[in-house]
Amino acid sequence: MTDHTANTRDIHAVVQARLESRYRAETRFRSYGIGAVLISFLILLTLLGSIIAQGMPAFTAHELTLEVELDRELIDPLGDESENSLRQGSFSRVLQNAMREQFPEVRDRRELRSLFQLYTPLNAPRLMNEVIEDRGLIGQRYRFRMPISDEMDLYLKGMLIDESRVSVIGALDITLSGDVAELRASEPAFDGVLADIRAVLQSEADGLAARAQGLQLQADREGGQDADANRQRADVLLARSEAYRTRAAAPDGLVVLDDTLPSLIVEAGGGAMRVTTLSADGRSATADIIVSLETSDRIENWAIQVLETPADRRRASDQQIAWTRALEARGAVTQGFNGYLFSNADSREPELAGVRGAFLGSVLTMLITMLLSVPIGVATAIYLEEFARKNTFTDLIEVNINNLAAVPSIIYGLLGLAVFINVFGMPRSSPLLAGVVLSLMTLPTMIIATRAALKAVPPSIRDAALGIGASKTQTVFHHVLPLAAPGILTGSIIGLARALGETAPLLMIGMVAFIADAPSLSPEGLTEPATTMSVQIYLWYDAAERAFESRTAAAIMILLVMMIGFNALAIFLRRKFDRKW
Amino acid sequence: MKGVPLDQDAITADTDTKIKARNVNVYYDDNHALVNVSLDIPDRSVTAFIGPSGCGKSTFLRCLNRMNDTIEGARVDGSLIMEGEEINDPHLDPVVLRARVGMVFQKPNPFPKSIFDNVAYGPRIHGLAQSAEELEAIVEQSLRKAGLWDEVADRLQDPGTSLSGGQQQRLVIARAIAVNPEVILMDEPCSALDPIATARIEELIDELRENYTIIIVTHSMQQAARVSQQTAFFHLGELVEYGPTENIFTNPQDQRTQDYVMGRFG
Repeated sequence: MTDHTANTRDIHAVVQARLESRYRAETRFRSYGIGAVLISFLILLTLLGSIIAQGMPAFTAHELTLEVELDRELIDPLGDESENSLRQGSFSRVLQNAMREQFPEVRDRRELRSLFQLYTPLNAPRLMNEVIEDRGLIGQRYRFRMPISDEMDLYLKGMLIDESRVSVIGALDITLSGDVAELRASEPAFDGVLADIRAVLQSEADGLAARAQGLQLQADREGGQDADANRQRADVLLARSEAYRTRAAAPDGLVVLDDTLPSLIVEAGGGAMRVTTLSADGRSATADIIVSLETSDRIENWAIQVLETPADRRRASDQQIAWTRALEARGAVTQGFNGYLFSNADSREPELAGVRGAFLGSVLTMLITMLLSVPIGVATAIYLEEFARKNTFTDLIEVNINNLAAVPSIIYGLLGLAVFINVFGMPRSSPLLAGVVLSLMTLPTMIIATRAALKAVPPSIRDAALGIGASKTQTVFHHVLPLAAPGILTGSIIGLARALGETAPLLMIGMVAFIADAPSLSPEGLTEPATTMSVQIYLWYDAAERAFESRTAAAIMILLVMMIGFNALAIFLRRKFDRKW
Repeated sequence: MKGVPLDQDAITADTDTKIKARNVNVYYDDNHALVNVSLDIPDRSVTAFIGPSGCGKSTFLRCLNRMNDTIEGARVDGSLIMEGEEINDPHLDPVVLRARVGMVFQKPNPFPKSIFDNVAYGPRIHGLAQSAEELEAIVEQSLRKAGLWDEVADRLQDPGTSLSGGQQQRLVIARAIAVNPEVILMDEPCSALDPIATARIEELIDELRENYTIIIVTHSMQQAARVSQQTAFFHLGELVEYGPTENIFTNPQDQRTQDYVMGRFG
């Protein structure tokens, strides 16, 4: 007892002494927590930010509106305006004629082909369908809207090449001789671009010289057989470097431009010219005509467009860029909302590709998954949790369910391939098959979630119901299930959301095939080949065209919105069905 | 120790026996929780089971409406005769039994439904009411018997869980009464309640005694002394002593009973 009282006296001091370190520990722990939250928030923000920044451009597109002459002879070869006849019509010629009408100066076959690349040939069937819908158009002039080619769309969005416009002073005199123009500026208007070009040549020469020097040093140091080869290569490089230096110095007063240098496009008098040589005085140049000038008089109002990325390092040619700019100046190219992204199914041409097919595929797949996994999963969980006797057999089932939940999803894909396709002969790449495979994958998760929700119902409710003589089934369905419903719904929806984002098993069952038609929202649609949002993202991510880059991000955004919708639904249902007891 | 310490005939001579238990044993897996319990519970009276925690009193109570069936690994043998019928008979449907033997639990456990639906649930599942009016009458009558009608008459559609703890427990009693049982089992019905609510429940138990056989498990000796006519003292799974309440408290035969009621252990 005396010991105890002695301790009591000290207790205040002892507690006081440790108090500060206890509070410090608490503060430290709090700051860890806040730090963790901040870090995860930042990561999420970065992720979302980069996806949105990448994906936003895909929601707008540049469209080309052309006045097309729906020449009866071209599009209606049989002359009876029947669908059969129209389908044999040459609508691509119609589009080509419309383009030629815009640029009559283009006659060379290769240039024409390049001109027709401003839009995808897949627009011809689109035009055909519009005419089939409305026969009254035959023989008329019609304003046809189509997406401009993906390259040009990227160019117009400023994502393809670096370019700048040089403002010029003074007037420009143009002397035409065939396709070539002699330009003479009243002021040294080309000085700036000339200096830039010279700098590029100079740095190119310096770079080559440095590499030559490196090779020489290496040869001197190492000696032996390789040394001679290296010296030879160094000499070659030095020669090339010297050539660049000479071009920059322009001893004959002319700097020649080629594909390895930035391109200069002179826009004047409603036309466009590509500069081929610049005089060293910065006042005159020669240029190839790309778009014909409306006037060749003295022009006060002109500009130089510098395409910094050399032509040999980009797919869009100088001509295509100049044509596109000219079309834009004529009001034929407009930027607007990219409806194709939502109204079209997948396409090989990015400008026509959309997520409609994948979206509908996902909807159909989710429908099957939901119809299969929710009832089976919930029923299994109820039976195991509420009715089954505990014995070795049910233990075995339980262990297996838990193991199945941890099986990698691709294994379910293999199962689908081996069993559902090979044994049962289900149609490959169909939403039905995908739904079956995904519901197999979701079932264990769903069973576990449902059992957890059932377990969370207090036993007092079961006692209460049994105590007044409710049967087991009545107890479960009248009392336990309603209370477990929010948990079951949340578990089911989260399981479905996971299935919605699943890709790997779908690759195994052929959903990765390119499918250009959207499945129909009908029972037949279930067995038609389809793809899903997640697989679409995978496919686009893999595509070569750069325009698919932003479309991939856009598809991710759409999938994320679907996920958020799913989760919001889960929260809403949880709130709605949650009951206090 | 075997059996029946007191002369059973002395207790049961003046009243009808409602439940006759003979050599009841309960096992939870390997654990022998209740050993050879034999006693007679008289009709229309209050019987209290007392004893320290884990002594088997709740286990025995749960035998009386086969609630032990719901416990995994529980096994009951021996004979429990109610009105000439064997409770333990595997052919007897526990659903029918539980309509006759109602139960009130330690923690008030109303359903998360309206007050009306709480009381109406039993009659509904057993099909006791032919019409909506009849159902309403049953609900009102049950709530009146449970002494709750005046407090909830104007808010029958409120959730049962919105009531106070004492009111919830009376609601649960009304719910048990609504199926018109013969026996009401109460497993520490007041242990979660404040003294005022406890007093109301005790009053209620006293009133209900006229129509029902009530068996109550309690930790409070005062409560047992106040509400019961017979008291059974359980210890370590055995029935130590059973007799009229005043005998148990004033003149216990067994040393253990004496120690317990004097508060020396428990």
